[in-house]
Amino acid sequence: MSQVLVVTSGKGGVGKTTSTAAIGAALALSGQRVAVVDFDVGLRNLDLVMGAERRVVYDLINVVQGEAKLQQALIRDKRLDTLYVLPASQTRDKDALTEEGVTRVMEELRNHFDWVVCDSPAGIERGAMLAMRHADVAIVVTNPEVSSVRDSDRIIGMLDSKTVKAEKGEYMEKHLLLTRYDAARAERGQMLKVDDVLEILSIPLLGIIPESEAVLNASNVGCPVTLVDSDSAPARAYLDAARRLEGENIPMVVPSERRGFMSKLFGRRAA
Amino acid sequence: MLTRAAPATRIFLQALTPSETHGFFVRSVNGPGVVNHSLTSVSHRLLNRRQIAIVATPASKQRAAIRFRGRSFLATVLAPELPLAEWLAELDKLSKRSEGYFASRPVILDVTGLAITKRDFAELIAMLYEREIKVMGVEGADPSWLGFGMPPSVSGGKQTEILHKPSAEPPKQQQSFADRAIPSLLIETPVRSGQSIIFPQGDVTVVGSVASGAEIIAGNSIHIYGTLRGRAIAGSTGNAGARIFCQKFEAELIAIDGLYQTADDLDASLRGRPIQAWLANDKMNMAALA
Repeated sequence: MSQVLVVTSGKGGVGKTTSTAAIGAALALSGQRVAVVDFDVGLRNLDLVMGAERRVVYDLINVVQGEAKLQQALIRDKRLDTLYVLPASQTRDKDALTEEGVTRVMEELRNHFDWVVCDSPAGIERGAMLAMRHADVAIVVTNPEVSSVRDSDRIIGMLDSKTVKAEKGEYMEKHLLLTRYDAARAERGQMLKVDDVLEILSIPLLGIIPESEAVLNASNVGCPVTLVDSDSAPARAYLDAARRLEGENIPMVVPSERRGFMSKLFGRRAA
Repeated sequence: MLTRAAPATRIFLQALTPSETHGFFVRSVNGPGVVNHSLTSVSHRLLNRRQIAIVATPASKQRAAIRFRGRSFLATVLAPELPLAEWLAELDKLSKRSEGYFASRPVILDVTGLAITKRDFAELIAMLYEREIKVMGVEGADPSWLGFGMPPSVSGGKQTEILHKPSAEPPKQQQSFADRAIPSLLIETPVRSGQSIIFPQGDVTVVGSVASGAEIIAGNSIHIYGTLRGRAIAGSTGNAGARIFCQKFEAELIAIDGLYQTADDLDASLRGRPIQAWLANDKMNMAALA
């Protein structure tokens, strides 16, 4: 039974693409066939984060408009042979996606994969609507700051009204992924606490991704953080999140960096 | 409370009877005041007058408050089809069968997707006028068509059944108070940022929270069994007896019968507590619930 998962947020720059790559890779690690699809037409970042940017020949728009076959556009990941990337186009404008075309491509992807993970553009415009339209499950990515939380609230409202599932009157499964979380700063009142965010958004928590250099390093080397540095705190958080997504019951902890005794003594980083 | 140095700012929508105006405006009684009625939404089958926000310029001397009231009306929607000559002929046939049907009826003209020019449109309006059909609003028209002297543009209508009652029917007996249903809207999901719940018919009850950036507009009272972070506008149709109840009070704005208070004016000691708000002598009162 294939599942379409959309990774979405209201505000930009909260970590949708990073999360799409990390969760897509984490799901593929367990042997499931996973396609990550970049819906952010005009910007195109997912292929970069996945390290596939030099192998893009055809993209989502070519497939949607019938200029290329799905098999031609899908790029197989070099590290995991069950992980595929469907990149977006940087050269075409964002209105090139048609509703019928997207519906057809999503149906085709469903036939070939266990998970179709869609990386949505930020905001509430047409691109974001098309990305969430055919989803069965949604991950709402939020930073612990008020503007991000309010925009996420808006997106949750749209997930409940504008998706195919919602229009059929079915329940849309939604999860909250809290990224760039810094427990120490939250404790000092410099960012929203987990409980505050949950109270405002009232959807189940999928995971808390701590603020970490590992995330930046991973995207710079073009590899999902769950593959390149799988023992880092954010990677462990993403791996746990992926398992929760599959219905496993794992206690919620905020992972912290594992550091040796010596580095704890001497390795104090500037905040 | 609401007696500040600046004159009390009120938000209301004034309903004018359709026969008076063929439309509706925001009527300012006296004094300058910037009225922003961009939120006013009127519709196709149901005209739904909404709360509007007004910003009153601080005035040096005391002035009478301006009132705006909201009211909903049913309107008949005519959607012409091409060719217009044929459509008008059909219309004539129809109105011959029930004479005077359009005589006292507000009509909204729906020209969505109709491939006509500005001149065709003006002609159409004139032809309808000739048939004594008063167009009180136009939906889906190009903004450039609607100059001065044209009916105003409307949008966002809600579909509703239009009941055609035979006129011979005797007037209905007044129902006793006990039999009359008091309409109420129950919302069991959180009201999300950007959502707007408008229910001029009566009470709104929310089992959940109202997010910051969301608004509830009710003709009567508002009950929120959760946190109120957004706006609550009760008694929007001019009901000063309406109240606002909420389990946890973090509101951006509350209003009853047009009198409103924003977060900045509110008593800070009530934040985060269960409260109720009501009007007494045109003053907003708020108290914590035990």
